Amino acid sequence: MIALGLLGLAALLLLGLTLWRRRSPATLRPIEAYERLNRAVGLAVENGTRLHISLGRGNLFTARGGSALAGLAMLRRLAERTSASDRPPIVSSGDASLAILSQDTLRSGYRAAGAEEQYRFSTGRLTGLTPFSYAAGTIPIEHDENVSANVVIGDLGAESALIAEASDRENSSLIAASDDLSAQAIFYASTQEPLIGEELFAAGAYVGAGAAHDASLQVQDILRWLIIVAILAGSLLKFMGMT
Amino acid sequence: MRIVPVVSAIAAISAGIIVLLGYFVSIAPLPDLRLLLTDWSILIAGMAVLVGIFNLVAVHMEKIRTRKKGSAYGALLVLSLIITFGFGLLLGPDHPFMRAAVDAVIVPVEAALMAILAVTLIYASMRLFQRRTDAMSVLFLVAAIIFMLAVMPTPFGPIPGNQFFLFVEGAVATGGARGLLIGIALGTLLTGLRVLFGVDRPYGDN
Repeated sequence: MIALGLLGLAALLLLGLTLWRRRSPATLRPIEAYERLNRAVGLAVENGTRLHISLGRGNLFTARGGSALAGLAMLRRLAERTSASDRPPIVSSGDASLAILSQDTLRSGYRAAGAEEQYRFSTGRLTGLTPFSYAAGTIPIEHDENVSANVVIGDLGAESALIAEASDRENSSLIAASDDLSAQAIFYASTQEPLIGEELFAAGAYVGAGAAHDASLQVQDILRWLIIVAILAGSLLKFMGMT
Repeated sequence: MRIVPVVSAIAAISAGIIVLLGYFVSIAPLPDLRLLLTDWSILIAGMAVLVGIFNLVAVHMEKIRTRKKGSAYGALLVLSLIITFGFGLLLGPDHPFMRAAVDAVIVPVEAALMAILAVTLIYASMRLFQRRTDAMSVLFLVAAIIFMLAVMPTPFGPIPGNQFFLFVEGAVATGGARGLLIGIALGTLLTGLRVLFGVDRPYGDN
């Protein structure tokens, strides 16, 4: 019942705040990693280099699929913004369904930008179906495809260290976030500006994906405060001997 | 107005709402419909693996055809895939030959990558201060070193005070991890709602 109530509240808040944000756009706090991403997109278009976007191996039939969907929302926007580039971005993923969705999202992005002829099916790739085969298949893309920035956003585990290391070796920018705690620790050690926790889900808002993404961030903040109040109230009640 | 995007959006949103309601409301036929839709999605996911493998082969064939860098590895991959797939179809996945392919090739290769991973992590930690020199980086590294010292076996037994370090780090790390996981759960919830409302349509054609 609590879960259903929370879901209903989140849905209502999202709808209400989306309508509000359409009229008055949000001012987001600066996150250095996303500023770097926006710079990297511009630079890739100007330099004729590529963006490599890795969406992890989040299975869409599990809760891990949430990070993959957040990555796809960001990809859609990045595809639109890089449609003018000679070298389209390459998207790698470690889950077959996610790879198909990444191809669809790329095509939608190009179509929205009026450049559907830019789309190549080979730019949305399945690189492997196990964690390490996914990493092993992703590393050559960073090495061989004239990549200037790697955007790794999704569900990744310890294998993310290999991807981060390959990016470092190629001297390309790395913007990385994961919903997995071990991967977050790895990215903290191996990226210039780490993205921690729910910052992964802010990707869409920071690349200008629309009012609903801005509203999502606000709803997350409101729900977080509600959870904090509930935890504190629960602790206080327990301290006072009430159950 | 093109009809395909509208139909695909209606189908995706309706299926999402039915599955979600099936979790919370146990009024017939919602739970049965939820199971049916989940079964269908598992079948589609199975087909998606085949499509994904076709994509993998097509990408490497293109690499071979255009004689790109690393095309020899691509050829090796395609050849291995065809041989393994063919034998898998003929002999079945439980045949000793298929098991040997996993035990003698895939397991050692992944173990080797795991070993490389250990070295990579140490190297990344060593280079942390080259990237950032701030209080949080120092705290991150000191906490990692103390935790490793507290849990590692030594010839002299546990280091003095290891239980205290483990307790402090356990309490702090568990609290921090839960905070991060709550944030991720909220992000996942909102992302799911956006897909359910049709704001984000990753099934494309919008």
